Amino acid sequence: MPVKAMLQIKKLIHDYITRDDEGNVSGKIRALDDVSLEVKPGEFIAVLGHNGSGKSTLAKHLNALLFPSEGEVWVDGMETDDEDHLWDIRQEAGMIFQNPDNQIIGQVVEEDVGFGPENLGIPTKEIWERVDEALTTVGMQEFRHKSPNRLSGGQKQRVSIAGVIAMHPKCIIMDEPTAMLDPSGRREVIRAARALNEVEGITIILITHYMEEAIYADRIFVMDEGKVALQGTPHEVFSKVDTMKKLHLDVPEVTLLADELRKAGLDLPEGILTKEELAEALGLAKKKN
Amino acid sequence: MLKEITIGQYYQTDSVIHRLDPRVKLIATFAYIISLFVVHSWTGYLVAALAVGVVIAASHVPFGYIMRGMKAVIMILMVTVVFNLFLTEGTPLVHIWKLTITYEGVDFAAKMAVRLIFLIIGSSLMTLTTTPNQLTDALEDVLGPLKRIHVPVHEIAMMMSIALRFIPILMEETDKIMKAQMARGADFDSRNLMKKIQSLVPLLVPLFISAFRRANDLAMAMEARCYRGGEGRTKMKPLVYRKRDYAAYAGLAVYFAVCVVLCYV
Amino acid sequence: MSLRIEDITYVYDQGTAMAVNALNHISVEIPDGQFIGLVGHTGSGKSTFVQMLNGLLLPSSGHIYWDGQDIQADGFDRKRLRANVGLVFQYPEHQLFESDVLADVMFGPKNLELPAEECRKRAEEALMQVQLPKECWEMSPFDLSGGQKRRAAIAGVLAMHPRILILDEPTAGLDPRGRDEILEMVRRMKENLHMTIVLVSHSMDDVAEYTDRILVMNAGSILMDGTPEEVFARYEELEPIGLAAPQMVYIMQYLRGLGLPVNPNALTVEAGKEEILSHIADLNALTGKNFHAVGTGAVRTRKQPQGKTKAEGETVHA
Repeated sequence: MPVKAMLQIKKLIHDYITRDDEGNVSGKIRALDDVSLEVKPGEFIAVLGHNGSGKSTLAKHLNALLFPSEGEVWVDGMETDDEDHLWDIRQEAGMIFQNPDNQIIGQVVEEDVGFGPENLGIPTKEIWERVDEALTTVGMQEFRHKSPNRLSGGQKQRVSIAGVIAMHPKCIIMDEPTAMLDPSGRREVIRAARALNEVEGITIILITHYMEEAIYADRIFVMDEGKVALQGTPHEVFSKVDTMKKLHLDVPEVTLLADELRKAGLDLPEGILTKEELAEALGLAKKKN
Repeated sequence: MLKEITIGQYYQTDSVIHRLDPRVKLIATFAYIISLFVVHSWTGYLVAALAVGVVIAASHVPFGYIMRGMKAVIMILMVTVVFNLFLTEGTPLVHIWKLTITYEGVDFAAKMAVRLIFLIIGSSLMTLTTTPNQLTDALEDVLGPLKRIHVPVHEIAMMMSIALRFIPILMEETDKIMKAQMARGADFDSRNLMKKIQSLVPLLVPLFISAFRRANDLAMAMEARCYRGGEGRTKMKPLVYRKRDYAAYAGLAVYFAVCVVLCYV
Repeated sequence: MSLRIEDITYVYDQGTAMAVNALNHISVEIPDGQFIGLVGHTGSGKSTFVQMLNGLLLPSSGHIYWDGQDIQADGFDRKRLRANVGLVFQYPEHQLFESDVLADVMFGPKNLELPAEECRKRAEEALMQVQLPKECWEMSPFDLSGGQKRRAAIAGVLAMHPRILILDEPTAGLDPRGRDEILEMVRRMKENLHMTIVLVSHSMDDVAEYTDRILVMNAGSILMDGTPEEVFARYEELEPIGLAAPQMVYIMQYLRGLGLPVNPNALTVEAGKEEILSHIADLNALTGKNFHAVGTGAVRTRKQPQGKTKAEGETVHA
């Protein structure tokens, strides 16, 4: 029997309805256009795409914050359209948003982490255990009595991640969690996300436009105009340098450099992602292992 | 400049007062406020001062920090005092132009000022030592009976706690927008009242827009974390009375008794 | 019309127990016409520093001279200074408030008490500079896209006709396309309007590519001041203070470590390519391989001014 998909999207279409001043429908904007994809349990997925490419809309479908105009979205075998499973889906597929300030509800770190479990009706004693465990996982134990306002952006996002982990999700969708952070904050968040994936086996969907955050992913989906324009491993996706450029997305500098060198006539393979790979292709270093 | 407003901001430290059940603090604060209006004599205010002094000392919140919060309300205080000073009838003390200050006016204004100051210190002590979450829990619990007559107690409590969480964020934002507009030549220090009001537009419009955007984001974040009202919700920090809470109630009862007695003496 | 900063310090909450030294004895000169990158970790004092430059904050000690005049002297027109030294804050779109874009951009000139005609003229010119299409001018600023909003907000500062334009993280939160558009726009504005630009940024790649002088701040002091090549040659000192060199520096250092004698000062993809191609012979000697390049040409030449790039691009295609 094949492994049950963590996330399954079938021919998903999403239209935003625009209304005029009287509230009549004045038009439709198609944000997602016939998207189909599948994510296996434990995968680390990166979704790239520029603003307006539909990636945020896609994220909100995975947590049943939006519902399909057409098509189906399945989370761990439950359809998002099915009202009976609404809260199960939101518990299983946690969500991290872009603005670190606008998703923290508690005025003390530990109370915020407890917010989700409280909503789920978890007994008090277990809430404490979960909060404890979640704060340890993201390394925020020492800040548990602090006000979120005193934390850095990266720390705030880690608190939000703890708040989601405390709900014991199988999957976490991160909608540009690093867009408003400085480089060190970005590293903190990505490190936390990778640890969750590797240690806890939680499926991660990371939506971002920083390509350096995507190169660690198992697979990358590149969105453009509401469609999946490219998909594959980081090597496969970043080897399409010209397509990526056309979609106004970055590729790692070393990939660009290798691509330029190849265009200048050097015989180098496509999809070089690290400086080690470049050195190896140039014959300067031996292949590892 | 705006960061200095400390009213309502939780001051994190460990003290007996911090550990008290929030319901005790809520009820005590109300009782204290009532006591301020029951008492009319200077002896009574002395007792009130002593009471609040003991609580401040026990709370480990620096006195200076509490007083900084007073800055924000100094205007209201002044207006009240001035009105009472000039508008109370009685034995004339001083004449200034067409206005008369009376002996009763001075007495009344002074008492009013003391009352207001104690009222603000008393209530800010509550919010300084109680996290908004605890406060909401207490409010929800104390007002619980109102649910029977369909008062959305939980929702009101949640709204309050969120408002409190976002006050410092919006303050900081106000500061930023103000500076950004000043960089475009805006003048917020104008003495001319009309100009002053006009100058608020470039500040308030962006502030409201930002507040709405935040509210939208927050609503979505709460939904994503399975928030669906008070129904079926458990508590991470359920309210349980302990010995010290009963002791605090006892102390409160004694204080209130003294106040009532003083009122009739 | 230069800014000269002489030994300034700034203390937050002066006189209280919470006093923090945000700036420590900074002296620096900002002459005409430079494109300066200001980098530093969050909390290094960058934001405080730039707010000093247009008088929004005044130093606790030390002096700032605009065009030779002390900005703290009696009678110095600080409002005029704010027009001369334009400051674009982070997420500047959060300051938009008027009913239409043009009116919003006119807010600055109006505050300078210029005649209505002149205000309008300046606003229109500023909007042209930021390349906001005419059909947007009458729209509500809140109906614009994210990148357009930001450009409208920058126009709002530009309409004050600043001689120095400071941009605090102008690309924060934008996608790669938005980022490139804004940075290109800034470069073009600099060329067209002969301004001095101070670009506050976290991205070393951007700073390396656009600026000709870099100030590195740490703990309220200026730690380094030099050309990108000079600053990034000391890349090992950047990491302990929470910064990094452009990615290309690491690639070149790595290749150099493996024996290829490339100049580690190549900061951009193009420079890196040129460096490697110029060492093809060494590479072949080193590895026994037989690499050879077929013609060289610039493809990603953001470093050069617009005109030059085009010319080079044409020779490539020819």
